[in-house]
Amino acid sequence: MAGQLKPGAGPLDYGNRTWLRALFIGIFFILYMPIITLIAFSFNTDKRGIVWRGFTFDNYVKAMTNDSLIEALVNSLVIALIATVIATIIGTMVAILLWRFKFPFKGAFEGFMALPIVIPEICMGVALLLFFIESGMMNAVVGLVWPFNLANIIIAHVAFCFPFVAVVVRSRLVGFNRQLEEASKDLGASEWQTFRNVLIPFMMPGIIAGALLAFTLSLDDFVITFFTSGPETVTFPVKVYSLVRRGVSPEINAASTVLIVVTIVATVIAMKLQAPEKSGH
Amino acid sequence: MDDWKGNRRVFWTLGTPGFFWLLLFFVVPLGFLFVMSFSDKAVVDGQVSITDYDYLTGVSNYIRAFEPLYLTIMWKSIWVSALATLVCLLTAYPIAFGICFAPAKWKPLLLLLVILPFWINLLIRTYALIAVFRTQGYVNLALGWVGLGPYDMLYNNFAVIFGLVYVYMPFMVLPLYATIERLDRSFLEASLDLGASQFQTFLKVTVPLTMPGIITGIILVFIPCLGSFLTPDLLGGANAVMIGNVIERQFKAANDWPFGAAISFLLMYATFGALALRALFARFSKGVGV
Repeated sequence: MAGQLKPGAGPLDYGNRTWLRALFIGIFFILYMPIITLIAFSFNTDKRGIVWRGFTFDNYVKAMTNDSLIEALVNSLVIALIATVIATIIGTMVAILLWRFKFPFKGAFEGFMALPIVIPEICMGVALLLFFIESGMMNAVVGLVWPFNLANIIIAHVAFCFPFVAVVVRSRLVGFNRQLEEASKDLGASEWQTFRNVLIPFMMPGIIAGALLAFTLSLDDFVITFFTSGPETVTFPVKVYSLVRRGVSPEINAASTVLIVVTIVATVIAMKLQAPEKSGH
Repeated sequence: MDDWKGNRRVFWTLGTPGFFWLLLFFVVPLGFLFVMSFSDKAVVDGQVSITDYDYLTGVSNYIRAFEPLYLTIMWKSIWVSALATLVCLLTAYPIAFGICFAPAKWKPLLLLLVILPFWINLLIRTYALIAVFRTQGYVNLALGWVGLGPYDMLYNNFAVIFGLVYVYMPFMVLPLYATIERLDRSFLEASLDLGASQFQTFLKVTVPLTMPGIITGIILVFIPCLGSFLTPDLLGGANAVMIGNVIERQFKAANDWPFGAAISFLLMYATFGALALRALFARFSKGVGV
């Protein structure tokens, strides 16, 4: 019997079925075609968009010289950087806490930390808008010098980013051998020295992956920023939104392509660091 | 694991920043929103004030939310999300299945290909779809070559559902992949050996055993779909309004915050309801854990 089966034709070799392969190609085509055309047409000379007329960098030059677009991009990057630093520190601390200690109401605390992950973004956005207006924080930051006028957005971004960092760092900590910690203390290291020289180096891939996740989440966020940014401050996604509402233009394609490249590079680095076989030593 | 009493100083140092950040910038704002949902705009000198509110006046906002106009929108949000979730499931299952049974060296690449679009900004992906579907877009261009169209494919329910499926597909593939990967293949072999057809094996063995992944995927897609605002706003326009758009309108153009707050809470209750359903299913289902 077995001799009659060609390799790959067994009843469980679904990977070699033609219909499944065709379906794969079809779905990946639908997933990627819009994005690939978006990137390709950022190099198109045609103004209105869908017919290829020739290769050019003009759209990038135009996007680069568009002051409001650049301002929005710089705002987004600064917000993402500051929010990432704060969210990574807080998130890592929460991860260590949940990994190391047992304490009363731990389940409730974990649920509490997961709330910003599960709640609809728009609800969090309007709640923060209301809070910033009613507490006077919205008006308080308007007059401040840049980048302090971005404080509200940064606060909001930290609130939804650090629970994600905590999840990522905690999953890394699960693999930690606590005997290393005991050995360090046996050899005379203090609590702090053990933390700095044993635990932190072990957690580092998780911390970096968590930080990059926070960075992309912050950089990409539209809904919460849309509600918490005052009238004066614009971030990149909010700016793109207002441009998109006015119609399709190759300039948006160019700006989007830049953002796509930034996020994909950050993501690929994060995934490399998280891959267990490469970071497990 | 240590008991927290063993090292209280470390315990409090680690826990305080996260706890208070969430308390102050998440729980308190939601509390404000909760109070606002039971409030009304103040009437000053016979005129409805723009900025002042009479707090905790009653449930009138919630009653208003159940007017036919808003009930229609809520019902529509639910079925649009449900349909999008169903299409996601029907396309994601073969993808997840195919990845699990693909040669080992291809698996990481295929998984990466599924996840990668998820990392691209939601707004940019939606914008890319506009370019595809608009009247002078690629689909109509291609249809034009065979003598059809142009059709108006944007600003209707189809565009919104397609957009939601496009955007949230990775959320469905990942939990399905996780369960199918852990499925014991000898069950499938046994079923086929005992004379069941591939189709019967799929329906009676594979699907029940991967039910936890299916349920998790449904929840992970349904919840963000229900609360989505950007996709219906950009792809649906005025013809495909969902709950998220109603909330946004109350807080921006219509400036009726108490009513917007009430709808936000209804949306949150729906979300928690979906999560509770998932927990219930997880307790009673027997398949492979996610």
